[in-house]
Amino acid sequence: MAPALEPMIGRYLRTEIDGVPHRLYFEEAGQGIPLVCLHTAGADGRQYRHLMTDPEVTRRFRVLAFDLPWHGKSTPPDGWERGEYRLTTASYTAAIRAFCRAMELERPAVMGCSIGGRIVLNLAIAHAAEFRALIALEAADFQSPWYDTAWLHRPDVHGGEVCAALVSGLIAPQSPSASRHETLWMYMQGGPGVFKGDLYFYRVDGDLRAKVKTIDTKVCPLYLLTGEYDFSCTPDDTLRTAAQIAGVEVQIMKEVGHFPMAENPAKFREYIMPVLAKIS
Amino acid sequence: MTPSVRFTQLPDLLAADADLRRRGRWVDVDCRVDIGAEPFHLAIRRGELAGLERGPRLMRTIAFSIRGTDEAWQRHWQKVPDPGWHDLFALAKRGAASMEGDLRPLLQNLQYFKDLLALPRRLPEES
Repeated sequence: MAPALEPMIGRYLRTEIDGVPHRLYFEEAGQGIPLVCLHTAGADGRQYRHLMTDPEVTRRFRVLAFDLPWHGKSTPPDGWERGEYRLTTASYTAAIRAFCRAMELERPAVMGCSIGGRIVLNLAIAHAAEFRALIALEAADFQSPWYDTAWLHRPDVHGGEVCAALVSGLIAPQSPSASRHETLWMYMQGGPGVFKGDLYFYRVDGDLRAKVKTIDTKVCPLYLLTGEYDFSCTPDDTLRTAAQIAGVEVQIMKEVGHFPMAENPAKFREYIMPVLAKIS
Repeated sequence: MTPSVRFTQLPDLLAADADLRRRGRWVDVDCRVDIGAEPFHLAIRRGELAGLERGPRLMRTIAFSIRGTDEAWQRHWQKVPDPGWHDLFALAKRGAASMEGDLRPLLQNLQYFKDLLALPRRLPEES
């Protein structure tokens, strides 16, 4: 019997981000319009594996998901041990643009979730002409914090377990148990302080409230989709953001939480396929 | 059945969940859970409920307390809770619950406590 291989392939890309050499891991599947997928804070590109095994998607899109530095199988840059990891609006934007440039992607579409959704808003603000379409999942210009991130990285609390336990509440109760726990497993595998460092961007550096109104959706279409069970980025946060952007398309997803593509791939498909159809 | 009456079923609910007791095998703590105006004192030993005392106890030492309104627990314990009522931190964010005291044992065993406090969801829904 032939081996049951999934269609995606994984490779390592050597590139510089802001002049610093990096080795980024990414997976890809499909042909056609490049669709770069951005994982959530403290996780990695495996969250998009269901999209990469969906022939309806991959016959029209070249789906690529890279692990941010410090995440998944992307290593931190040399010398990482001498400082504290902190993602910023500038460093995150630079990483995405470096990946797209190094892979020679021609005006890709970009879809990001959570911090990935927030940075997609920044791409729409600052670099819209470089992209064909932008999809922000669980995204808003700002959202209120709901716990103290100091608990995420300290020697007397298991980082992986506390990260997973905190975000477990962001998954909708209707999501299948296996997908819920696969999503949490990725959080348990994050490096020490990485989730916390990502949230520096989310909580401190990435407040876009003064800027989203400058987004011009005629330059690049923008789609916002948020799950009704997401109490971190609530539907109200997304709707408030959308109200400031002329021409944006917004959708609230029923029975979905903060990790739509990973926690309930079948339900997410119902919402994302019409968006992908518009892009292609 | 009021939320506090439902909470009195906690010992039986935990006794019936071997997996939760396994995951809580490192938990040794005395804490307090308020269901509306009614305090409950929980003595947890190796993940088992060694004591569940209903009502006020004078000068009882506890590590931490979790307080929620009657509405918070009632809605949290629906078979499929509505958005914003489905998680302890969702309740806290909306101001319907709070966590106070030495939160370290809570955060060290957070999934255990979330699952423990969601156990009354398994009781029959109120008619």
